[in-house]
Amino acid sequence: MSSQLPILQVIIPLISAPLCLIISRPKLVWLFTLIASTISFIISIILIHQVMQSGTIIYSLGDWEAPIGIEYRIDYLNAYLLLIVTGISSIILLSAHTSITAELSHNKYVLFYVLFLLCLSGMLGIIATGDAFNVFVFLEIASLSSYSLIALGKDRRALTAALRYLLVGTLGATFILIGIGLMYMMTGTLNMHDLSERLPNLSESRTLIIAFSFFTVGVCLKLALFPLHWWLPNAYAYAPSVVSAFLAATATKVAIYILLRFIFTVFGIEFSFSILPLQKILLALGLVGILTASTIAIYQNNVKQLFAYSSISQIAYIILALGMNNSTGLVAALLHLFNHALMKGALFLALSAVMYRVGSTQLTDFSGLGKSMPWTMAAIVIGGLSLIGIPLTVGFISKWYMLIASLENNLWPVTVLILLGSILTGIYVWRIVETAYFTTNKTGLNHIKEAPFSLLLPTWLLILANLYFGINPRFTITITKLTAQSLGAMP
Amino acid sequence: MLLNIYSLLSACFFVLMDAVDVAFTEAAVGVGVSTILLLSTLTITGSFEKNKRIKPILTFVIVIISGFLLIYGTLQMPPFGSSDAPIHQHVATYYIEESYTETGIPNIVTSVLANYRGYDTLGELFVIFAAGIGVITLLDVNTNIKNLSMFKNDLSKSLIQNHILRVISKMLIPFILLFALYVQFHGDFGPGGGFQGGVIFASAFILYTMLFGLKASQKLISQSWLEFFSALGVLLYTCIGMIPLFTGKSFLNYKVLAQDPLQGQHLGVLIVELGVGITVFSIILLIFIAFTKQVSIIGEGK
Amino acid sequence: MNILESFNYWVVMILMMSGLYILIAHGNLVKKIIGLTIFQTSVYIFYISMANISGATAPIIYKNIEGDNILYSNPLPHVLILTAIVVGISTMALALALVIRIKQSYGTIEEDEIHAKEQQQ
Repeated sequence: MSSQLPILQVIIPLISAPLCLIISRPKLVWLFTLIASTISFIISIILIHQVMQSGTIIYSLGDWEAPIGIEYRIDYLNAYLLLIVTGISSIILLSAHTSITAELSHNKYVLFYVLFLLCLSGMLGIIATGDAFNVFVFLEIASLSSYSLIALGKDRRALTAALRYLLVGTLGATFILIGIGLMYMMTGTLNMHDLSERLPNLSESRTLIIAFSFFTVGVCLKLALFPLHWWLPNAYAYAPSVVSAFLAATATKVAIYILLRFIFTVFGIEFSFSILPLQKILLALGLVGILTASTIAIYQNNVKQLFAYSSISQIAYIILALGMNNSTGLVAALLHLFNHALMKGALFLALSAVMYRVGSTQLTDFSGLGKSMPWTMAAIVIGGLSLIGIPLTVGFISKWYMLIASLENNLWPVTVLILLGSILTGIYVWRIVETAYFTTNKTGLNHIKEAPFSLLLPTWLLILANLYFGINPRFTITITKLTAQSLGAMP
Repeated sequence: MLLNIYSLLSACFFVLMDAVDVAFTEAAVGVGVSTILLLSTLTITGSFEKNKRIKPILTFVIVIISGFLLIYGTLQMPPFGSSDAPIHQHVATYYIEESYTETGIPNIVTSVLANYRGYDTLGELFVIFAAGIGVITLLDVNTNIKNLSMFKNDLSKSLIQNHILRVISKMLIPFILLFALYVQFHGDFGPGGGFQGGVIFASAFILYTMLFGLKASQKLISQSWLEFFSALGVLLYTCIGMIPLFTGKSFLNYKVLAQDPLQGQHLGVLIVELGVGITVFSIILLIFIAFTKQVSIIGEGK
Repeated sequence: MNILESFNYWVVMILMMSGLYILIAHGNLVKKIIGLTIFQTSVYIFYISMANISGATAPIIYKNIEGDNILYSNPLPHVLILTAIVVGISTMALALALVIRIKQSYGTIEEDEIHAKEQQQ
């Protein structure tokens, strides 16, 4: 069976979705979803092991060889991303049952898990596939289910946020479709590996440049890169807490994966960075994104919205690191993919605990929580420190690599601006800490208790992961370096 | 609505371009399903736009820029209709030359859709499944049907009163069903297949609902059964795909389904198309019912 | 440079741009969705156009004719667009469902009025 693992990885959550609809007992469905996600997680661990031992795994669907049929091609990059997504989703699902009981109406529990599974398998499908059009199909599975998941939020603003996300997301997906169409037109193939062999011969073609730009703009819409980010804050802020945690930790990572895959594997570094001024564009957008989004975050009064803006700025960090165009920068970007998933997963889960007890995530409602919910607030503090990049947390590791990368390229101003970004991050994290620990609750709501164990456990699992990979980053650094090598980054 | 005329026109265009399968789908979807959905939404929301556009200049700039980019790109595209463009050389030639001997299916589009790129089609099925689940999550369809017992919206009232329409439509329904089945199972040879078959089959039920009201059609096939069927179709497809896994072959390899690989593929495609048909039928109907219930709630509110 | 050679693509572009314009400029949510649909359809036409070969026939092989001399148009884009159409209708259904919910909770589907109501909260 071990040769079937690449497909089982995606198919198990996928087939569980309709099964859940048939089972239709909320608690049973929850367990079932959790098990499906955990199996995927275990498979992804085995896969990354296999890749390390025997190199790229190729799996032809329906036994049709690559350009004729669709193939799965698992290398370091896919295996790494699969590990992140399945790991985060399994941990988040631990808390899902408690959290959605508080936030959703009774008759929607089952449908929630069906949509969650569809979203998860859509993302896994995007990551695992080696076929350009297949990316589009699974992108739509993931997107359509995430629009509905967001719209499940209690606040009516969730509806408009979801519709805005839908319009932007579909526009982005259609741009991607145009890009894929142009690539196909020039080469006659849809397979990524095949494309990467045929595209370099065409690097002079203007049609190819247009294909590249449409594709990139489409993906950037999806990953909320700074000027194209306006759909994200409300979508994360008004979605049910579990959904915010899941999407914040994984969805944008998947979009970045698509970008990485096409820049490095399909178009090749030479085309992306030498023929096009991609490096300058990414650097500029990254820097502007970090500073603007962090500044906006400081002025937010809803903590969920604050962290949503913080997500935008962290994505900009990743883009900035990519724009360095050296292998240290690439390692930094890949590290930050993993680390940001850990931080944001933990922070949004902690917020779901606050939501569960307090019923709101307005900053003013945080006053006094340092005493009444010590464990939850401690998690937010550690997560926040990680976000700033204090040593002993994962945030430090990736920021450190970013700084080295910028120094290697002699980009002093960038180094300074990265540090400035960290200071801005410090300010908005401090605002939460200040409210929670140093103001007393005037309304005298003393009945607020610590969050239930089922919410604290997953939060602290992620927080401990934050600390563990911050103190002992050997595993992540080995993997990301191998990944960077396999992508052929320049030394 | 101009939009459905537009859809019809583009369907005609697809026929001209020799894309019969696509034309068929666009005709069924663009002209049929999307029109019904749009009309029922407009019934609820009102069909007049209150104020004019908000930021025309900025938009115009964006649109013009992307338009120019595309034009810039076209100038080096291979000319339209030429047979030596790279697109027709690589994989396409293989499909045209080998697909009949390898799969035994004359309609190349079907053989590529269900066989070579069967995984895409599975994905497509899950997309529509996700949309269906999304719609029933959003529009709370579990509204008790008894609350709607008084329900007769304007549309069905006028239709019930019109005897000629009623008799003719009633006569039409069996033929639509028959045609749907023909399309469903004839996809191997001519244009058609599970998706189109499912849509047409659903349209027969939609017509029935329009004539006799929601309550009558819910008696015929209930909400929970539709949900069950939509899951069943998807499961059918995935399970067929998983059978080869146990014999050491890859996912969606139909050759193992029978002794003779060709027959196995025939069987595989047939079952897979059936799965597509079942899910598409039930999801389209679910979406339609969800929308109609909303319309009827508005109707009662008045 | 013969303009007629890529006439189809020009038409596609005009459709695409008008769809995009409606999507961005109009404040009415239903109109936005219609704009999106037009935008998507133009991409379908684009794919189908590039599949076309002058003088070719639909890609269905007839048993009694030897397939050697017949020119078939490219079947792969047809397959892709079949998938894309399904994706398109799914998106549209979901979007319209959202619009209905928005109408129910805000009482309007004009973007600026919704925005004003959100600001009040």
